[in-house]
Amino acid sequence: MPTGDSFLDVRDLKIHFPTDDGLVKSVDGLSFTLERGRTLGIVGESGSGKSVTSLGILGLHNKRNAQVSGEIWLDGTDIVSASPETVRKMRGRRMAMIFQDPLSAMHPFYTVGAQIIEAYRVHNDVSKAVARKHAIDMLGKVGIPQPARRVDDYPHQFSGGMRQRAMIAMALSCDPELLIADEPTTALDVTVQAQILDLMRTLQQEFNSALIIITHDLGVVAELADDVLVMYAGKCVEYGPATTLFEDPEHPYTWGLLGSMPRLDRQIAARLLPIAGTPPSLINVPAGCAFHPRCAYEPLTGGRGRSTVPELVEADRGHLVRCHLSRAQRRRIWADEIKPKLEAS
Amino acid sequence: MVTFIIRRLFGAVLTLIVVSMITFAIFYLVPRWAGGSADSLASRYVGRTANAEQVAQAVRALGLDKPIYEQYWNWLSAIFVGTDFNTGTSIQHCPAPCLGYSFIGRNPVWPDLLDRLPVTASLAFGAAIIWLISGVAVGVLSALRRGSFFDRAAMGIALGGVSLPIFFTGIVALVIFSYGLGWTAPGGAYTPVEHNPAEWAYDLILPWVTLALLFAAAYARLTRAGMLETMGEDYIRTARAKGLVERTVVTRHGLRAALTPIVTIFGLDVGLLLGGAVLTESTFSLPGLGKYAIDGIFANDIPKVMGVTLFAAAFVVIANLIVDVLYAVIDPRVRLG
Repeated sequence: MPTGDSFLDVRDLKIHFPTDDGLVKSVDGLSFTLERGRTLGIVGESGSGKSVTSLGILGLHNKRNAQVSGEIWLDGTDIVSASPETVRKMRGRRMAMIFQDPLSAMHPFYTVGAQIIEAYRVHNDVSKAVARKHAIDMLGKVGIPQPARRVDDYPHQFSGGMRQRAMIAMALSCDPELLIADEPTTALDVTVQAQILDLMRTLQQEFNSALIIITHDLGVVAELADDVLVMYAGKCVEYGPATTLFEDPEHPYTWGLLGSMPRLDRQIAARLLPIAGTPPSLINVPAGCAFHPRCAYEPLTGGRGRSTVPELVEADRGHLVRCHLSRAQRRRIWADEIKPKLEAS
Repeated sequence: MVTFIIRRLFGAVLTLIVVSMITFAIFYLVPRWAGGSADSLASRYVGRTANAEQVAQAVRALGLDKPIYEQYWNWLSAIFVGTDFNTGTSIQHCPAPCLGYSFIGRNPVWPDLLDRLPVTASLAFGAAIIWLISGVAVGVLSALRRGSFFDRAAMGIALGGVSLPIFFTGIVALVIFSYGLGWTAPGGAYTPVEHNPAEWAYDLILPWVTLALLFAAAYARLTRAGMLETMGEDYIRTARAKGLVERTVVTRHGLRAALTPIVTIFGLDVGLLLGGAVLTESTFSLPGLGKYAIDGIFANDIPKVMGVTLFAAAFVVIANLIVDVLYAVIDPRVRLG
């Protein structure tokens, strides 16, 4: 029985939701690996399956309305096939999650301390006093001033950035080996975003945990990620080291994402280059390449873009691309058409 | 917090004064507007066979010849300092708090109210405990198993419970459980709890359950709706992500949040019932405040009706006050000041 060679090994993960309108294929055959101490950025538009993937790794999908198949090996245990009780015991202790909006993700009726204490005591058989001391330590570690006093405050008494710090303290309270951050900075203002990203980087080094950052913000990925996985319509369309994806991206969708990202090193007056069209419906995913209706280079595929689903192929060492265009075509388009536009604008 | 309570207490007193004005106006002012004279009002107190002289005497005794504000003032001040009533044959003292003097029963209303209160309180609190526990439990289970047979059956029964009036369910219950099966008391009896608790519960079980059914149905629907909403909240996902067992997620995180509006309504419902569960007490012939009010209405004994009205209003106002304070305890986001 394969146990997964990597610390986290996701193989052919499919998460489908049967609805009255049809089967929603939120995640459709996703595979990736991640080691301890490394950071993976998962990027994509709304509805590309990023968050569904992260909830899947935590085993949080309800069996009654979600069909999960494939394998998710976390340090030798398959989360998809393990018993709910096994997965519950792993949640919070071995894998933890930081959510997007800390105000709605924390219970409004309990103090921040009580919520961290609860998270700690589920997995550690300690007295309330010990857990409370641990909670104060954690709050101090994530940079909350006067943690011994703030521990008894309610979430609404914290500022947005402080709340996200408290959320991080809660997630890290049991020293998890895998930390998933789902849009951790989206609800925060820009200066606070940078602080939170710094904090996450520091803590990841300290705890040596594997980190998955889920975001639509390539700036966040550039800041933190070692590797990047670009998702589109539930599938991985490009995967590779962060430097490669920013320097030599090969998928037209990744080009689109880069073009629509505001950058400080561009001229203020420069216009963003949005991706045409809208993300596809996950019930009626376009035939062939799911991105073909929005792809300017689809005519170059000679009709294959409309008819055949492209395979995820290794273009270079550790660089996977799902595209019908030949490597030569992609490199030429990037070098001649896209890159100059991004730099000139 | 203290400032808040003082301010709310002040508001509560103001509310009660307004209620007293309206109550007084309904019984003393509105009949005048409708064309009634002092004589016609007084004739209610002296019986049908009274002659003009006796009516005139009653008008003077009741102060109906005085200006309306003076009448109101006399009635209001009696609550605080007591007053004397001239019954025609003797002078009766009505000590404070004097909520009126029943000329038909020939006694002050206040001691009557105190006598009746334990019956109504027993009925209200007993039923409240039953409906709160059963209603919330059914609501939670329905929400967790939405769409299941249990959910649909429970919500169907709840719809029936809300729709059926107590004088129907009460009588059906009496026919089946008391006259048919002989399991419960036939109504009309009340044993004070301090005399014999078992007897007390035996007498009250049917009214409790019948009254509770009405409220439990509403509470089940309310709890179900609240649970469905809170269980979809982000903080529930967080609770699960922490690795909490599902029972803790449902109770400590889901139900805790869903309970807030229920506590509010519960306080008001109990406050309202303490003023007399009129239909239940009538159906089961329980000698409580509601029955007292009904008897007063049928006997045209206006002081009784006014007494119960004011008494009941006081309970509602107090319940409101308690709920407001409790709200801050339940939901820390509510800041009082």
